[in-house]
Amino acid sequence: MSINFKTVENSSRLDAKAPSGPLESKWKNHKKDVKLVSPANKRKHTIIVVGTGLAGASAAATLAELGYNVKALTIHDSPRRAHSIAAQGGINAAKNYQNDGDTIHRLFYDTIKGGDYRAREANVHRLAEESVNIIDQAVAQGVPFGREYGGVLSNRSFGGAQVSRTFYAKGQTGQQLLLGAYSAMMRMVDAGKIELLTRREMLDLVTVDGVARGVVARNLETGEIEKYAGSAVLLCTGGYGNVYYLSTNAKNSNVTAAWRAHKKGAFFGNPCYVQIHPTCIPQSGDYQSKLTLMSESLRNDGRVWVPKKEGDTRKPVQIPEDERDYFLERKYPSFGNLVPRDVASRNAKYACDEGRGVGATGKAVYLDFADSIKRLGQKTIEDRYGNLFEMYERITGDNPYETPMRIYPAVHYTMGGLWVDYNLMTTVPGCFALGEANFSDHGANRLGASALMQGLADGYFVIPYTLGDYIANNSLKPVSTDHDAFKASVVEQEERINKLLNINGNKTTLEFHRELGAVVWDNIGMSRTKEGLEEAIVKIRAIKEEFWTNLKLTGEKNTFNKYLEFAGRVADFIELAELMAMDAWHRNESCGGHFREEYQTPDGEALRNDDEFAYAAAWEFAGEGKEYTMHKENLVFENVKLSQRSYK
Amino acid sequence: MSKETIRLKLKVWRQEGPKVKGELKNYEVEISTHASFLEMLDVLNEDLIHKGERPVEFEHDCREGICGSCSLVVNGMAHGPQANTAVCQLHMRHFKDGETITIEPWRASAFPIVKDLVVDRSAFDRIISAGGFISVNTGSATDANSILIGKDLADHAFDYATCIGCGACVAACPNASASLFTGAKISQLALLPQGDPERKRRVQSMVNQMDVEGFGDCSNHGECEAVCPKGISISAIAMMRREYVKSYF
Repeated sequence: MSINFKTVENSSRLDAKAPSGPLESKWKNHKKDVKLVSPANKRKHTIIVVGTGLAGASAAATLAELGYNVKALTIHDSPRRAHSIAAQGGINAAKNYQNDGDTIHRLFYDTIKGGDYRAREANVHRLAEESVNIIDQAVAQGVPFGREYGGVLSNRSFGGAQVSRTFYAKGQTGQQLLLGAYSAMMRMVDAGKIELLTRREMLDLVTVDGVARGVVARNLETGEIEKYAGSAVLLCTGGYGNVYYLSTNAKNSNVTAAWRAHKKGAFFGNPCYVQIHPTCIPQSGDYQSKLTLMSESLRNDGRVWVPKKEGDTRKPVQIPEDERDYFLERKYPSFGNLVPRDVASRNAKYACDEGRGVGATGKAVYLDFADSIKRLGQKTIEDRYGNLFEMYERITGDNPYETPMRIYPAVHYTMGGLWVDYNLMTTVPGCFALGEANFSDHGANRLGASALMQGLADGYFVIPYTLGDYIANNSLKPVSTDHDAFKASVVEQEERINKLLNINGNKTTLEFHRELGAVVWDNIGMSRTKEGLEEAIVKIRAIKEEFWTNLKLTGEKNTFNKYLEFAGRVADFIELAELMAMDAWHRNESCGGHFREEYQTPDGEALRNDDEFAYAAAWEFAGEGKEYTMHKENLVFENVKLSQRSYK
Repeated sequence: MSKETIRLKLKVWRQEGPKVKGELKNYEVEISTHASFLEMLDVLNEDLIHKGERPVEFEHDCREGICGSCSLVVNGMAHGPQANTAVCQLHMRHFKDGETITIEPWRASAFPIVKDLVVDRSAFDRIISAGGFISVNTGSATDANSILIGKDLADHAFDYATCIGCGACVAACPNASASLFTGAKISQLALLPQGDPERKRRVQSMVNQMDVEGFGDCSNHGECEAVCPKGISISAIAMMRREYVKSYF
């Protein structure tokens, strides 16, 4: 089979704009060098922020505080519903409050190494620098982090680190941080600096003379196609994990805004880098609509094991200690149960593939708290994870204080996303991408408690500087929504919606999504092969063809119609899936979450090929039916030595 | 039929739009007892779409009880029969074969119906924007450990902060009062030292906004606490009242 695309080495289209100078002073110097916009001029600019999760809410609030006029769009009925709300475990920061040897450099190093050396050094160091400010800001907002009796903040440790640098609010850290950013945002709504536009779905990025000047969005209550113009567009729209149908993402999480921007010229970076989270509640049936995550923080006190014997159907408590295989502790004695997510997931898969999986489906491993309860007492475990244990019991009917949890990996986060430079700008001038929507900081694998950190660093502390620099350096003329570019976009979107509603086929959106998800999970999931990826591309193309000829959709367009929303998103997921397969197919190495079976060490670890693949792949859409172009941004490592990642 | 599958009769509220009269319509569905309540509605909707009918509109997103989107009154109870559980985490094992289930939207004049089971809860956002925040611009914070807060106090504030903004408290209240929602935010911020400088303005402004939105007064029925999926204590309302009275002295 032929998979064709053009390749551009060392692409001039990908100027990362990372400042020169020593790593530690890049961001400080950049902040010193960026141009500023005067308060009187900020008032003249409208900034469109799409998405109101951690990245979007923090950006909207901060830009409004600075004096910009912000229009904030969310697909939800309230900004507080964004999926950041569901993040459980915590947020990293190099505060070194525990005096255990943490530094900004160590957080930088852990993140680069955890990402399997596929991220840009300068961005990651900036992230580590800003991490400390996020905690200060959140505490000032009244975010109720966990504390010690003496009144200071508590920390826990997370995967991929040997220090305790994770701040948390029980198992609801994302909720508390999002509500903090949301409250900051609502304060600016009250001040008249943010226009809040709920139930709006961005359908197109509008460019004028190649520069992003607005968006076209559907009002999800009235069905009206609306136009919004501004000086810049910030895409804070999250990741694309729902391409797998079953994932830990919320049902409305989607790739549509990013994908439509991609089709307007924003290159898509490393789409094959997907994180499969090791600790999720296993699937129970075909009706299943989503998978539920159990926070990685549980691996602090839970021990992962399977029976040594294949097909051992005894109850876990009946299996004696010497007949259990604590496989992570055995294979990785120095990190044990706290190895990074990709390593933990893959090893759970191996155990199940060997026939040692547990539960009704055999696709699960145990996460056991008995030792910790013995050592610390049930009260302490309850304090740390009470709500997670309750949630587990509600869903499965089992009590994890008495019997070990059953867990299995599930898609959780996407490291890939829109390619951005150091200023978080995509390849479309004036269009920025923040948080999970961009590809920037996590390389091929994200460490636990780093997503909240990145979303908030981008929104609170990076974009306020880099956006100002963009505005100050470009004399943007006002653009009205009467411009032809907006009118053409509205016509295009209306036609697309009419097309979806008029196919009148036999298969529902959900059936297509489920079918797509199965192909993507089987072939672009935890482990991938050349043949499997080729097969996936054939199948995905067939799904696309059938989707546009056999979709069945009911209801009307000029009203609330959830299934119409879903259909538009699934159409985009189908296209993205093909690009993911192509990206995974071309990357002839294993790194982080991208594991190609052909490329592994003798003991089954990911085998990178730094000579040929130490680059970010940024894919350029050339038009429907045309060949993609893959641009390479070579990654230069001046401050870390590339080595085989070892957690042994 | 296996023992793990049950057949149910559903009475579901259908309403075309905000200004159109709605009614309960009858449906039947067969579902695994391991499925969640919303997955049961997914199955019903697939069936309706295949028949060429319009699916039932309902709000949902995270399906793990934290986003606050889901908002169904099940057999007269906001979020259904299981305590401390949002309806997305209610599983069908709590229902019997042959049972009839009535499904309605939140009902309160401050939460107008958008379509079927979907309501407009933007009144909650407006209550928060009236004062549910601490005025601190990005960048002006002091070191996080310079503010010491005892564990008990921090945990107490956290308990109020867990509100997911679903609106079940309003739906369950005979007066459609938003006191538990508003009181929870006021209590969280009143307990913390960071919230102290603005405490008077905050409580007055948020309580005023609650009235403007058309929510009723609290008369201590306690239904709100009973249905709250996060188990937020009605003590929040007592604290809000104390804060309100104190704010005038």
